Amino acid sequence: MEKNQYLDMFIDESTEHLQAMNDNLLKLENAPDDHSIIDEIFRSAHTLKGMAATMGYEDLASLTHQMENVLDGIRNGKIVADSHLLDVVFESVDDLEAMVNDIADGGEGKRDVTAVVAKLEKIENGVSVDEVAATVEKTTVPVKESSTGVRFDDFEITVLKQSKEQGFNAYYVNVLLREDVILKAARVFMAFEVLEQIGEVIKSVPSVDQLEEENFDLDFSVTLVTKESVEDVHSRIMKVSEIDRVDIVTIDADTINDQEQPSEGAVEPAEDILVEDTKDEKPSTSQQKESKGAQGTNKTIRVNIDRLDSLMNLFEELVIDRGRLEQISSDLKSSELTETVEHMSRISGDLQNIILNMRMVPVEQVFNRFPRMVRGIAKDLNKKVHLEIIGAETELDRTVIDEIGDPLVHLLRNSMDHGLEMPAKRLESGKSEEGQVTLKAYHSGNHVFIEVADDGAGINREKVLEKAIKSGVVSEENGATLTDNQVYELLFSSGLSTADKVSDLSGRGVGLDVVKNKIESLGGNVTVTSKPNEGTTFSIQLPLTLSIISVMLVEIQDEIYAVPLSSIIETAIIKKDEIMAAHNQKVIDFRGSVVPLLDLTEFFDVPVTKEDDDFYSIVIVRKGEKMAALVVNSFIGQQEIVLKSLGDYLTNVFAISGATILGNGQVALIIDCNSLIK
Amino acid sequence: MSEAVMDDMKVIVFQLKDEEYGVEVEQVRSIERVQHITRVPSTPDFVEGVINLRGVVTPIIDLRKRFSIEGIDHSETTRVIIVTVGNMEVGLVVDAANDVIDIPKSAVEPPPEVVGGLEAEYIRGVAKLEKRLLILLNLDKVLNAEEMNELQEIEGPVK
Repeated sequence: MEKNQYLDMFIDESTEHLQAMNDNLLKLENAPDDHSIIDEIFRSAHTLKGMAATMGYEDLASLTHQMENVLDGIRNGKIVADSHLLDVVFESVDDLEAMVNDIADGGEGKRDVTAVVAKLEKIENGVSVDEVAATVEKTTVPVKESSTGVRFDDFEITVLKQSKEQGFNAYYVNVLLREDVILKAARVFMAFEVLEQIGEVIKSVPSVDQLEEENFDLDFSVTLVTKESVEDVHSRIMKVSEIDRVDIVTIDADTINDQEQPSEGAVEPAEDILVEDTKDEKPSTSQQKESKGAQGTNKTIRVNIDRLDSLMNLFEELVIDRGRLEQISSDLKSSELTETVEHMSRISGDLQNIILNMRMVPVEQVFNRFPRMVRGIAKDLNKKVHLEIIGAETELDRTVIDEIGDPLVHLLRNSMDHGLEMPAKRLESGKSEEGQVTLKAYHSGNHVFIEVADDGAGINREKVLEKAIKSGVVSEENGATLTDNQVYELLFSSGLSTADKVSDLSGRGVGLDVVKNKIESLGGNVTVTSKPNEGTTFSIQLPLTLSIISVMLVEIQDEIYAVPLSSIIETAIIKKDEIMAAHNQKVIDFRGSVVPLLDLTEFFDVPVTKEDDDFYSIVIVRKGEKMAALVVNSFIGQQEIVLKSLGDYLTNVFAISGATILGNGQVALIIDCNSLIK
Repeated sequence: MSEAVMDDMKVIVFQLKDEEYGVEVEQVRSIERVQHITRVPSTPDFVEGVINLRGVVTPIIDLRKRFSIEGIDHSETTRVIIVTVGNMEVGLVVDAANDVIDIPKSAVEPPPEVVGGLEAEYIRGVAKLEKRLLILLNLDKVLNAEEMNELQEIEGPVK
């Protein structure tokens, strides 16, 4: 099999299933009795196992299989899903994740998992032997309900009743394939063909789609409407080779009616009814695998981001042509043409929004791995932590999402390690034992804000100052004059950690300065606020997208350049005689500070076409605390532009960070102010 | 023409000054008319700048300057040949491009030895076709990125 072709899909889907398992395991910890959750986990594990086996990743498949056994035990009530057990399951999910990551990195997904497999086996055997007798009785009823029944919807019930009236029999047919079956899907197909010759299949579990994808174990069941007798149906199906056994149960349409009553008040929705089978008529191994309901169809597709980019490129071409058309129509003054062009403009505007929105994904993608992480860290730190996530549906550009994960991990760790106090200390200071960490995302204007807040002790001003002075970030005299917020900002300077001792989580030589750098490289910024004994909040401001930025278009002689708005402090027009010279460098006095002047015509070697004016147009830009004044010929105005790279051939052009395409189809370069200021 | 297809190569023929050059058709993405080229500062002088090629910003090299042939103004026949080498997509400005021909591999000879000639590096071979002489380019060398980097280091930051 050509594996590479499916590898990406395999990795994507495995990651999704692992995430789903993590999420659901967390839910299960809070609601150990909820059967729907454990079913969901089981389903993920099962699909993962199937996929891994198909792709030939044996280690992955066997560990999943072992885990599945334990999950099956939980589902049947043989094993109690307590915190200790879940630790082991989480551990195996971690191992699975590591394997999938290895595969994603080009490895074979091999990993020594004997320890965790041994634990799983111990749980599977040890616990079930001890408690099986005690739990069997109380679990018989729910197990029967959740795993042996087939639910019919209204339509199917109607079909069943009508066929009964017309003299048809309804059978519930369970087909078990032989263990050494080679072509599962083909056998299923043959069985279906037989069934459809003699009657009509009105329902199958798992669904036909899943059967076709071999997304099932060894057995499947169908509901068949036919005039044949049970024996005939049985012998016909058995003629298909590689089938182990066939169990057929007659469904009585009247009983469905009767059973509708009791199930109405139950947990199931009223329109779903349960048809129960007598347990002894079917092998118990197959019963457990039947409860898979039809999965809700997912109305999304995966699109490679490169394809979106090329769609975007093509669309821009269209926008440029639109501009030309608008020009032509206004020249021609034909009302019909003008109307058509206007209509086209509106539609292409809407289209542009849609294309831009396609790149947006909810931050959920990043956030959903945190609950699991927080659980782990809390255990390591012996702290009790409750993580609240708000605004996970907030959307951000895919490129930003990909980058934002690591800084958030860092901030969350920081909040839990340094922010929250130990449970005993919390009680002492009159707080609840459980610390609260809030992760919140929201839109505001053209930005997305992400906040990491804790209700811990707050930042200790003295301690930060002491550290900062010791590590030479500030001098002692300066330190005393700083405001609280200025002191907190010191946390972001490199080489400063507030941890008293080096723990597992901190002291890895990575400080908050890394977070700050990362966020700034994304065009955002991070701030911190804190109140003693009330907690600390880190607030990250991010642009909605990296591919569109706001710039000021300026003219340098006849060339047009773009200056990112994020670097501009302000624009001004100054008189020639306001320029001073300091040590061979032209400078100006800008609101009391001396700012070096940089003539971009000279700097970029632009062919001079315009005469010198008495007035200079300048753009004051900054990098951190430093400023520079760029001399240009005129300002064109502010505009949102789509960022483009200069391509692989022209990498690292000095002082140019990229390019964009203007409305007239020409390329304009974007000035990199950060590299202009040294 | 009775030779096996395998031994033929299809090349795009273009003109620079008085000579004819060829690049393999597999390496050519398209041939474009000259449009507005945006100059990119602090790049080697043979880099004309960048153009908007259907939404993709594409660098343009002036082959005359690259080969140290005296430059001329763009004319009606001037074309930009968009070529791909590795991951790079680059446009080459040539005087004219109007022919696609098959040449048998047997007609290709190694580049002539030129004493102290730098150009020879860019040439993969010479094809003799009846009366025509076709210079086959080695695009990897023409677009040598290392050379570009060296040039850039000399420019460097001003302060």
